[in-house]
Amino acid sequence: MKKLSARRRHPLAALVVLLIALAATGGLYATFAPADKAQAQGESTSQQDKIETGKKLFTVGCASCHGTGGQGTTDGPQLVGVGAAAVDFQVGSGRMPLQQPGAQAPRKPRVYSDDEIEALAAYVASLGPGPAVPESAAYAPSGGDVARGGDLFRTNCAQCHNFTGKGGALTDGKFAPPLDGVAPKHIYEAMQTGPQNMPAFPDKSLSSQDKQDIIAFLDEVNGDEAPSEGGFDLGGLGPVAEGLFGWIFGLGALVVVAVWVAAHTAKAKKS
Amino acid sequence: MSTTTTTSTRRGKAPAGEKIADWADGRLGIYGLAKANMRKIFPDHWSFMLGEICLYSFIIVILTGVYLTLFFHPSMAEVEYTGAYAPMHGVRMTEAYASTLDISFSTRGGLLVRQIHHWGALIFVAGMALHMLRVFFTGAFRKPRELNWLFGFLLLVLGCVAGFTGYSLPDDLLSGTGVRFMEGAILAVPIVGTYIAMFLYGGQFPGNDVIPRFFSIHVLLVPGIMLGLLVAHLILVFYHKHTQFAGPGKTNNNVVGMPFLPVYMAKAGGFFFLVFGVIAIIAGTTSINPVWVLGPYRPDQVSTGAQPDWYMGFSEGAIRAMPAWEWNFLGHTVNFGVFIPLVVVGILPALIALYPFFESWLTGDKREHHMAERPRNAPTRTAFGAAWISAYFVLMIAGGNDLWATHFHLSINAITWFVRVGLFVVPFLVFVFTKRVCLGLQRRDRDKVLHGRETGIIKRLPHGEFIEVHEPLPQGEMHRLTSHDQYAALEAGPSVDDNGVVRKQSLVEKLRVKMSQGYFGEENQIPKPTVNEYEEITSGHGHH
Repeated sequence: MKKLSARRRHPLAALVVLLIALAATGGLYATFAPADKAQAQGESTSQQDKIETGKKLFTVGCASCHGTGGQGTTDGPQLVGVGAAAVDFQVGSGRMPLQQPGAQAPRKPRVYSDDEIEALAAYVASLGPGPAVPESAAYAPSGGDVARGGDLFRTNCAQCHNFTGKGGALTDGKFAPPLDGVAPKHIYEAMQTGPQNMPAFPDKSLSSQDKQDIIAFLDEVNGDEAPSEGGFDLGGLGPVAEGLFGWIFGLGALVVVAVWVAAHTAKAKKS
Repeated sequence: MSTTTTTSTRRGKAPAGEKIADWADGRLGIYGLAKANMRKIFPDHWSFMLGEICLYSFIIVILTGVYLTLFFHPSMAEVEYTGAYAPMHGVRMTEAYASTLDISFSTRGGLLVRQIHHWGALIFVAGMALHMLRVFFTGAFRKPRELNWLFGFLLLVLGCVAGFTGYSLPDDLLSGTGVRFMEGAILAVPIVGTYIAMFLYGGQFPGNDVIPRFFSIHVLLVPGIMLGLLVAHLILVFYHKHTQFAGPGKTNNNVVGMPFLPVYMAKAGGFFFLVFGVIAIIAGTTSINPVWVLGPYRPDQVSTGAQPDWYMGFSEGAIRAMPAWEWNFLGHTVNFGVFIPLVVVGILPALIALYPFFESWLTGDKREHHMAERPRNAPTRTAFGAAWISAYFVLMIAGGNDLWATHFHLSINAITWFVRVGLFVVPFLVFVFTKRVCLGLQRRDRDKVLHGRETGIIKRLPHGEFIEVHEPLPQGEMHRLTSHDQYAALEAGPSVDDNGVVRKQSLVEKLRVKMSQGYFGEENQIPKPTVNEYEEITSGHGHH
């Protein structure tokens, strides 16, 4: 102990203490933190087990904002009656759990595994009736009419999401996210549940077939394998991107060419 | 002509080209024309070729436009699409939109030509803007070129009109929104707005007339006027001769450069193909206005991210930034939210168009000017031009405010407020800043002339002092830095005349004096070094 106290004024003492404290905190966290994987590996197939697992996950990861029973707090909305589809969308697209408060929760790498999301969804669905997670037959792009979907998309969605789903701005930093690379299931669920600033389009306003048509359209113009017939599409953002490109690469290249032509002129004598 | 006779006796037969030339000369007098113009001298500088970019892209746009008219149906009749683009099958659309899809997907080379046409148009207008800025900042608009400046300005405005009408023709959801926007702008004009809108659209929006009418405007009326103006513009360039930058042997009364034939004929011809090549490469690789994914126009549909092509972006921005003010005046709506931006959009270009007349009024200079000025030597003009550009840019930012918001994670409201304040503050700051930069550069020039170039060679004098050797500038460079004219600022003059009678000075005259002080007063331009100053300094110690 004497040795230790002799060195307590050493210039690096503070650093050592800090490292020890950090290691201790981290170690304690690792020991006592919810062992997500261990719980999820429980292979609980029965609905009741899922709800139980979901409740545990909910208590740890969601309750601080949404309340212990999903009743909502000042920091987060009530989840009674939002349905499994809402949970599958919000957690499955990584929007929840929220990383930081802001105008809107952005899409990000998801935190929970498929099984955990299923469990969470089962728990939230048990709080009150709401839309269920759709079957894959309902949202597969192949089952939709592209032309009709395009029409529906331009009537209902393009105001915020842009002609081809490239996203757009809303007030005060909120935004309609780009739909590039969004899973068809999530598009379906978003329409069904109306997450964040988006209005909901329940089956009464957009039937299941309408939704599938819209998904088919998006797959055609904005999917991973969507063709760009005209060449490089400049992000599909329209005249702003085109103007910028025209000025910088079009006129810019021509100015370079002009400089080159002006620099190479007939000379009175060769040098 | 006599030469023909001699050659024919010597060789028996004149070459075919010569015969044709003789034949044409007898009817058109081309020898006289050629003699006068073939050896026309043009100065060499890359910035003098910006106008050529415009000329060539205009030709390219006309050529491709002619091809497109062969396949385009300017009709608003509704059809059900059954063409080659499967994702639109069965959608109801106008013939204009359907034929645009056909051009893009079923016409040989159609999509490429469409893209060359559109990219060429964007570059054409951008080229005109840049060309105009070059002329502005080098003072090449001064007498005798004011009229040609106006011709050029009209070409730019008409280029925008042609661009806007052309952009509207496919009748897709994007351009239809633009046509709707224009209707709103026209309706906002007090008293006559409604009548003009009803006249232009042939009734209530959208009607069945606007696309065919825009077609006539786009392919006939505007290009016709533009061609006329273009010819006049070029004739005046020949007549006035080109301006040149100062340099050894270059005076206000000569043009130093290369002859039109053969040098510029070759250069210009080659440059045409280079311009065509660059535009074709861009059009061949980069998509522009893919109307097939945008969908046909329907008045009940609208999309976010709907912007006009770049040259109309400032008008879009003005409307986006303007608060939605509205008066109800005796049962009539006066829509300031749209009308005031419309006035701004009119005033902003007019400011730059009328500037030459303002400057000649201010200086009272009636001489001809054939030397292109360096921007720094007209600090206030340069600062005004820069401020003008900044105002234009601020409005452009507003025009794309949604994309700024999404791509830079900003609040669109914050951008709107930035624009509302920035439209007034930013040009002011840019003006002050640019003027300081110009004055700084003028001081630098003065310093270089009087003290020479810093060589970086440090010399130790016998008594121990270290000095840096300054090398005098070459004569040519010295001339280049000092050949410009400097105006003296106007003085207010005495308030009473010789007889003690109060002199009447009009308000305009007082304003002119004040402005002149602002342009050419003591703090507003650095006097260029005089011969006396130079001699005084150089006759001294060798260094300083």
